[in-house]
Amino acid sequence: MSFPWAKEYQPKHPFMRWLDQRLPLPRLAYGAVGGGYPVPRNLNYWWNFGVLAGLALTIQIVTGIVLAMHYVPTDAGAFDSVEHIMRDVNQGWLLRYVHANGASFFFIVTYIHIFRGLYFGSYKAPRELVWMLGLVILLLMMATAFMGYVLPWGQMSFWGAKVITGLFSAIPWVGESIQKWLLGGFAPDEATLNRFFSLHYLLPFVIAGVVILHIWALHIPGSSNPTGVEVKAAEDTVPFHPYYTAKDGWFAAFCLTLFALLVFFAPNALGHSDNYIQANPISTPAEIVPEWYFWPFYAILRSFTADFILPAKLWGVIAMFGAIALLFFLPWLDPSPVRSGRYRPTFRIFFWLLVADIVVLGYCGGSPAQEPYVMISQIAAMYYFAHFLIVLPILSWVEKTEPLPSSISEAVLRGKGKAADVPPAHIGGASPAAAE
Amino acid sequence: MATVEQSDGTLGAAPEEGVRRRDFINIAALSFAGVGGLITLYPLINQMNPSADVLALASIEVDISAIKPGQAIKTLFRKQPLFVRQLTPKEIGEADAVPLSELRDPQTLEQRTKPGHKNWLITMGVCTHLGCTPLGAGEGEPRGPYGGYFCPCHGSQYDTAARIRKGPAPKNLEVPDYSFKSATVVEVGKAAK
Repeated sequence: MSFPWAKEYQPKHPFMRWLDQRLPLPRLAYGAVGGGYPVPRNLNYWWNFGVLAGLALTIQIVTGIVLAMHYVPTDAGAFDSVEHIMRDVNQGWLLRYVHANGASFFFIVTYIHIFRGLYFGSYKAPRELVWMLGLVILLLMMATAFMGYVLPWGQMSFWGAKVITGLFSAIPWVGESIQKWLLGGFAPDEATLNRFFSLHYLLPFVIAGVVILHIWALHIPGSSNPTGVEVKAAEDTVPFHPYYTAKDGWFAAFCLTLFALLVFFAPNALGHSDNYIQANPISTPAEIVPEWYFWPFYAILRSFTADFILPAKLWGVIAMFGAIALLFFLPWLDPSPVRSGRYRPTFRIFFWLLVADIVVLGYCGGSPAQEPYVMISQIAAMYYFAHFLIVLPILSWVEKTEPLPSSISEAVLRGKGKAADVPPAHIGGASPAAAE
Repeated sequence: MATVEQSDGTLGAAPEEGVRRRDFINIAALSFAGVGGLITLYPLINQMNPSADVLALASIEVDISAIKPGQAIKTLFRKQPLFVRQLTPKEIGEADAVPLSELRDPQTLEQRTKPGHKNWLITMGVCTHLGCTPLGAGEGEPRGPYGGYFCPCHGSQYDTAARIRKGPAPKNLEVPDYSFKSATVVEVGKAAK
């Protein structure tokens, strides 16, 4: 892995040399996130979101382990134990709000990370597996987040569990049995809570494992970059440390500040007030909506309203899962040799159309299931699939792309009229110009 | 960190008095992150301390009106056994007769009871050796050779003021914070926080 000009780990201290011969963990870190990992010098801020997602996962695991010390996964105790955390446990309110909003933070940065990949063509060869492992992480995140939302045992928890497991009942012949198997009963109950708690605790560690594979697969070709032109020589790269540790550190601090604003000043802004009512199996809330990060998929699910060969319900489920399954084939659906959207003027238009489309889907998914939202989601869902199955394959044939720079350093230094020893623009650019 | 060590002149401004602007920013940023990290640890650690509902049960009231001289009761205080015992005049006399120099943990019976209530011996039922519950408070339980309490685990013997006399325990049975709310009601653990 890595490039021939990557600096080798050379411990100076005798103890570090001793350690290196026995357990070369510092060597691993040096080559993965240290001075021994050369990274394209032109990465912009969109490339910070992978590290942020890792930070979000860490926050979720740490706060989650701590919350599990106080949570009780029983029908009678779950809701009360969450209130106990909020009122009685020392700083329990803070830990729970960080965990609940941390899920939103995790999805925000992950979605931005995915859109960055879509725009800059990060999914293309040789990074197909990086992309696919990322999608596996997304699916695991969705399962974890869904089960986590059930644990407080409020009204939305209960009915969310019922509706989402109800999706499986759409499967012909075996659907009903699968739903009962998932719930461990006929409706969400103590058995459901116990297994969801167990899996909600397990899956983040599975995610951490897949994250390691994701990073490993990434470090074989190294990061992509905004030009989409592969690294060719040493002047195209800078070492990860200190350049990107500093940039990631600064941007993480910035994003954590925004996160703190959310946690301390609007901790329930992204939640649903009905979830502060204890689960009640004989009273459905007026309107069941999932958490915001599921809205686009929820809109696709609900946009099938008529039976066509198969029942509408089954179509909805197929489409919803298909919306993500489709992305696994993206590296082959878009065979355009130009990677970055920067040099694909028509692709760029369709990319932003897709972003708008998903925002519309999200808005409809969070709205009541009535007109005009149903019709809008039907059109938006159609475009979503058309984008990947029709637009991208055709574009890759007919689009006239713009000329690519011959190398990253040429693209970075173009118009500066200086030699390659100029410090990369973002190093100075990240700090304010004043106070020199 | 390593930046200070690794970065050469091309990265920062010209050296001024040996400290470059970059060094300062570096140390300031890392210190800030370090302090932030430490502050983050506080809620993560403090959540394991007793929660508000546990502390709310940290004081109890005990009705002692039914305890006759020579009798004792066991009750629970903060999930641990509490012994409340009314001493007979003979037991008080035995306790007072012991010279302090003979005691491993010298205390008089006065110091271990409340003024005017010298006959009420209120102690934790937790042996100061390894935390077993000594015998002697229940009806018919052996009280040991000193007539107080006897710990069956490792044979610690307490006298009628619940002071350690013989055996491995280092201290007298602990006297919790308590006060008489009336002649027959004792509040234990008032000073708890």
